[in-house]
Amino acid sequence: MIPAAFAYARPTTVDEALQAVASGGEDVKIMAGGQSLIPVMRLRLAAPETVVDLTRVAELRGVREDDGAIVIGAMTTHSDVISDPLIARYAPLIAEATETVADRQVRHRGTFGGALAHADPAGDLPAVALALDAEFVVAGPGGRRTVPAAEFFVDYLTTALEEGEILVEIRVPKREGWGMHYEKFNRVAQAWSIVAVAAAVRREDGRIAEARIGLTNMGPTPLRATAVEEALAGVDATAEAVAAAAAHAAEGTDPSSDLNAQADYRRHLVTVLTRRAVSTAAGL
Amino acid sequence: MSQISVRVDGVSYSDDVEPRTLLVHYLREQLGKIGTVVGCDTSNCGACTVHLDGEAVKSCTVLAVQADGSEVTTIEGIAASDGTLHPMQKAFHEMHGLQCGFCTPGMIMAAIDLVGDNPDPSEDEVREGIEGNLCRCTGYQNIVRAVQQAAHEMQGTAAPEPTGAQA
Repeated sequence: MIPAAFAYARPTTVDEALQAVASGGEDVKIMAGGQSLIPVMRLRLAAPETVVDLTRVAELRGVREDDGAIVIGAMTTHSDVISDPLIARYAPLIAEATETVADRQVRHRGTFGGALAHADPAGDLPAVALALDAEFVVAGPGGRRTVPAAEFFVDYLTTALEEGEILVEIRVPKREGWGMHYEKFNRVAQAWSIVAVAAAVRREDGRIAEARIGLTNMGPTPLRATAVEEALAGVDATAEAVAAAAAHAAEGTDPSSDLNAQADYRRHLVTVLTRRAVSTAAGL
Repeated sequence: MSQISVRVDGVSYSDDVEPRTLLVHYLREQLGKIGTVVGCDTSNCGACTVHLDGEAVKSCTVLAVQADGSEVTTIEGIAASDGTLHPMQKAFHEMHGLQCGFCTPGMIMAAIDLVGDNPDPSEDEVREGIEGNLCRCTGYQNIVRAVQQAAHEMQGTAAPEPTGAQA
């Protein structure tokens, strides 16, 4: 299978990339690591007129500190995310979830920003970004703007990115001393999540002071399990309290039915996985 | 057409490619490197795995034009020039890490990449490390043994005694 012909641009700066997107015609696709886009183009489910390849835009790679946040360049590969010391210290949930993405070959090419901008409901990183209150810095012809995670994921494979815009970096608030865990259920030969749960928990004096929970593949976009978060706030950190709170995990979700799982099974799974994710994050 | 310069298995090439040409097709059809195979064509099976600047990638999911200026190593480039097999190739041979052999080029390239990051992987770590490579003869048992034997040979230590029945 071979993609349909396209014009190819390989910018080396964000400004050049914006220019290439602006002058690429009606149907432009921005390629990050290409690990979702190239398969889709091979199947001719996408046949863009122009592909703008960000692989050589060096300023979009790497992780840095900026006051109370770490800033992850959109083109930072999954492999680099997994081994990054700032992520390990301030947002280990990201590294843990990224380790479950695809396989080592795909993680060498695939990128943090690419996975977020692709916004596949079965992808692992959107729910993590949502749970951690990440902010998305987007560059466009008129300058830069920042979109909170809660507004970035709009629908199935659809984000707040407008035509002509490029996701440049993701700001993640530092959370030192939080317990975090990503609990995922998937087929062995396919790393896409059937359901997964991202949990971050702050404990204080034997209680759960605060919990943040993101759900993967429980609807067309990642979701926060707000009912569980509210039920956990201030409870004693015990297995019983966590199980009682996790029973609310399916509230407000809208999971699909597909070859892997029916919707009712997903609603069951999410309660089990939430209990496990929160228990591990809370050190129980 | 785009012009690319690329080093493949130690030899430099300059070629014109269409932007839509996949790296695997460039390797096989323009350079004749047919040791790298196309398995699934859907980025699942890993049979087309090569090293791009030292990292294992699926060459069906990289554009040839993206390899411009890079170094590519295929299964054809890992044996010594006198024909001595790479320790990973030798171990696959000795441990019978293949049945039909179709997944083998990709398995070996992924396994070399894994051992580069983790010189002494446990059985579980090998299984995780080659999760991007599918063997449909169900031959993973001996593949895992081969990777562990090669890892020890590459480190210059003896492999642990294999346990359990031969799969």
